[in-house]
Amino acid sequence: MTRLMLTLTAAMLALFLISLTLGPADVGIGESLAALFDESYGPLTLVMREIRLPRALLAMIIGGGLGLAGAAMQGYLRNPLAEPGLIGVSSSAALGAVLAINTGLAASLTLGLPLAALAGALAGVFMVMALAGPQGGSLTLILAGIAISAMAAALTSLVLNLSPNPFAANEIVFWMMGSLADRSMLHVWLVLPFALAGAAILLTLARGLDALTLGEDAAQTMGMNLNRMRLLLVVGTASIVGGATAVAGAIGFIGLVVPHILRPLVGGQPSRLLWASALGGAIMLQLADIAVRIILPSRDLKLGVVTALVGAPLFLHLIYKTRKGLA
Amino acid sequence: MSVLSVRNLSVTLRNRPVLRDVSFEIRAGEFVGLLGPNGAGKSSLMRAALGLIPAAGSSSLAEMSAAERARAVSWMPQSREIAWPIPVERLVALGRLPHVPQGLRLPPGDQMLVDQSIERMGLDPFRQRAASRLSGGEQARALIARALAQDTPLLMADEPAAGLDPAHQISTMEVFANLAAEGRAALVSLHDLGLAARHCTRLILLTEGGILADGPPASVLTPALMARAFGISVWHEHTAHGPVFQPLEVL
Repeated sequence: MTRLMLTLTAAMLALFLISLTLGPADVGIGESLAALFDESYGPLTLVMREIRLPRALLAMIIGGGLGLAGAAMQGYLRNPLAEPGLIGVSSSAALGAVLAINTGLAASLTLGLPLAALAGALAGVFMVMALAGPQGGSLTLILAGIAISAMAAALTSLVLNLSPNPFAANEIVFWMMGSLADRSMLHVWLVLPFALAGAAILLTLARGLDALTLGEDAAQTMGMNLNRMRLLLVVGTASIVGGATAVAGAIGFIGLVVPHILRPLVGGQPSRLLWASALGGAIMLQLADIAVRIILPSRDLKLGVVTALVGAPLFLHLIYKTRKGLA
Repeated sequence: MSVLSVRNLSVTLRNRPVLRDVSFEIRAGEFVGLLGPNGAGKSSLMRAALGLIPAAGSSSLAEMSAAERARAVSWMPQSREIAWPIPVERLVALGRLPHVPQGLRLPPGDQMLVDQSIERMGLDPFRQRAASRLSGGEQARALIARALAQDTPLLMADEPAAGLDPAHQISTMEVFANLAAEGRAALVSLHDLGLAARHCTRLILLTEGGILADGPPASVLTPALMARAFGISVWHEHTAHGPVFQPLEVL
């Protein structure tokens, strides 16, 4: 257990360093890392601090958040196919962002797009909670999430459909593919409080998630308050996913695949999976963000495309294993 | 000492009354078997007594806070859910959740309780095996061990013997009987009238949401009551091995 956590932490930090040394400016590893701390390097320091550092930090924060949220969501629903997007927050955040692009808010205000996405996420959470009601189990939550996701997706399509010119439509489509390119420290400071608050909330669920392994009745008689857990799950997940979508666009599959890969390594226990998945998510998103820069550096390959390309086959593997288990 | 006091408990599910004015008390030292045909309200009675479903009337457990209740009763629902492939040892250790703050390692006293519970249910060979991949009967025993580790004055179980082989049915009933003899109490729903006759100290017979009979096994398992509750004829005899009880045919 501790060895796994140490390995994951080491891998995450190593990838963070690799990510820092990658970019179109062809500079050696030692030199670029030195430039991060030493201002005498001039433009290189600027490149490191304003371009590469935010990118690497965002990959770590967002990937970690998505991995953690996925582990919490799967633990609460007791379903390995659950993922953070299930409660409709990523779709409603995307709708907010798309509206910002379409109305020109994104172009006229520095943080117009992420702030509009956060507003969309917030509206989505309120609607999901209102639909799901204060009581009621996981089924109403899933149904409410599906309803909000479908509604937000429909409205996003409508905005695309009515977009004033092909350039706006193009921008929307590319934004929705998710990316960490050209983000600044401003984006880091924007997402960080949401990610930290969300993570703090989700980590309080650890005991409850363990108890839920035995079902809702058993968890309740072990002293867990399921209504409170559900509220915390939704608020924590929304905070992470809303913040992540606001600065990076839609990045799928991390919250689904990472907990699934790591579950056998932590002995299945949901509380142990939370931290491991946070580290695993940070690793996977770092890897994906390194891949988009190495594979096709000139074509601006989108991050969400890569996570989906990697995630989908892993998902197929999951189906295959489930089928083998049933046979 | 009373471990559960239920007064005039009534439950209505989807406008259908499933439990009507049920009152009883369970004291330390009792092993109470809850009998009754399918749909008589056994599960609803237990869940209402625990405060898991809304009910009219009162139950001492339902009035407790969730944290208090977790130290007063452990509950084994009929659906034996084990969502994740978690090792038996850690599954059983979940029973200590209401007692210890979260930590990767249990305090020695708590670990001892976990070990005792594992041993009691004969699960030593399975300690490191993933609980969700054990056979149905082994899973049932792991879940009972989990409840034992919760270390409460009262244990409640919905059909804990269902799906077990004869040897494990008997040993499971003996575990409950021993707990009662040690000064705890158990309330267990059952369909096996023979097991109920041999192991329980008291039986509550439930039909159509009401208590038809409540007392020592010999006073409840009478031909007349069995005919009324289940519509069956029965044969029973007191032997050197204790009471033997056998349903014969549908009347």
